[in-house]
Amino acid sequence: MKHAIRRVFIAVLSVSMIGCATIPAGTQPSAHDPWESFNRSVFSFNEGLDTYVLKPVTTGYRYVVPSVARDGINNFFGNYNDIYSALNQLLQGNPGLAAKGLMRVVVNTVFGLGGFIDMATPGGLPKHKADFGQTFGVWGIPSGPYVVLPFFGPSSVRDTFGTAADIETDYLLRLLPDVALRNSLTGLRIVNARNNYYQAGDLLEGAALDKYSFVRDGYIQRRQYQIEQSKAGDDDEDSTRPFQNPYE
Amino acid sequence: MKIRHAIPIWAAFVALAFAAPVSAQNAPIDESTPNGLIRSIVSDVMASIKADPEIQKGNIARVVDLVEKKIVPYTDMRRTTEMSMGPNWRKATPEQQTQLIAEFKTLLIRTYSGALSQVRDQTVQYKALRAAPTDTEVIVRTVVLGRGDPIPLDYRLEKTPSGWKVYDINVLGVWLVENYRNQFTNQINQNGIDGLIAFLKERNKMLASARPGN
Repeated sequence: MKHAIRRVFIAVLSVSMIGCATIPAGTQPSAHDPWESFNRSVFSFNEGLDTYVLKPVTTGYRYVVPSVARDGINNFFGNYNDIYSALNQLLQGNPGLAAKGLMRVVVNTVFGLGGFIDMATPGGLPKHKADFGQTFGVWGIPSGPYVVLPFFGPSSVRDTFGTAADIETDYLLRLLPDVALRNSLTGLRIVNARNNYYQAGDLLEGAALDKYSFVRDGYIQRRQYQIEQSKAGDDDEDSTRPFQNPYE
Repeated sequence: MKIRHAIPIWAAFVALAFAAPVSAQNAPIDESTPNGLIRSIVSDVMASIKADPEIQKGNIARVVDLVEKKIVPYTDMRRTTEMSMGPNWRKATPEQQTQLIAEFKTLLIRTYSGALSQVRDQTVQYKALRAAPTDTEVIVRTVVLGRGDPIPLDYRLEKTPSGWKVYDINVLGVWLVENYRNQFTNQINQNGIDGLIAFLKERNKMLASARPGN
């Protein structure tokens, strides 16, 4: 835990050398974002990293690797991740979803060629992704201010610890003995993640009037939603709150 | 060939939010209940996309046409725009309001129509409707399943004299109106309502010219 947190903080500190970005005039301060100036500078840094490094690499990846293989790779990492989702579902008090998650892993590993084919989803076992940040949220830890992490992107104080926990417990990322293999897998994993986001990224350019706040507000809403969903339990037992129009 | 699970907020909005009304050749749209409406619209739109290779190739003009015919009639863009504007709506003149509605609608269609062309063989699950028969405001909850993570997709509908209309959509936990409210407020604070309109016009022009169809 300490290593990952330390690394993240070092990264944040180095990026903060870039200085604080000016917030565009007239921008309403957000109660969730007291560190907006700092966050905007990290956000621009990430955007630069994406434009000049990550996106070009991912574009190359899309060009070189056929779509079937890309899906296979995505399924492989997804399957691996499902183990941790199941763990987190358990920690969140959703044993049913944890069990289904494990079933997913078994089905996909055994019948899906080690995870390259997703047999579980069409077989009636959809994915229920869960990470440590969500788990901490379900446990009642408030999110704290919005934070943009270098490289990782949108987060919050709580979710930063969540990311650190995700990293610390991740076998492929940290504990695999063969360093060369570990590094290659990590690189592939990063490109795969960026690929999943590829078209949405382009969409975002058109849809957002101010990309920074669009991403921030979307992130905050989404995390709250994920945590509420988890607290509400299994999919079908939705909370019985009647519809209240928040706009009135 | 499948939808990248990166379809989130954006894809869903245009594609699935609104349904096909009067187009003769397909099954009639069930307007009796809000979930029936969404269900028949979604089926109709998805069937149309699957049957149209042009759309699947990314022909944006065709997608926009599909959206205008089969989706827009079941939306209440006026309400969507009004709510996204928040208190600034009342500060706008009727002329500005009309322009805002038009530009916002164009922005949404242009931005998200690319995602629509990615629809392939997804299936949609509908959750049980939680509403009293006398409710005039309803949320219809669905989940889109395909390759990649399931995408929760909810619609807010209101009952108007001309039937149920969709005015807000939620993808992966994010409501469109709530997200755009902040966007609009900041723009207006910087440049006023006319500034916002000009900004939207610029953006729409940019999107129109930059469209190579993925």
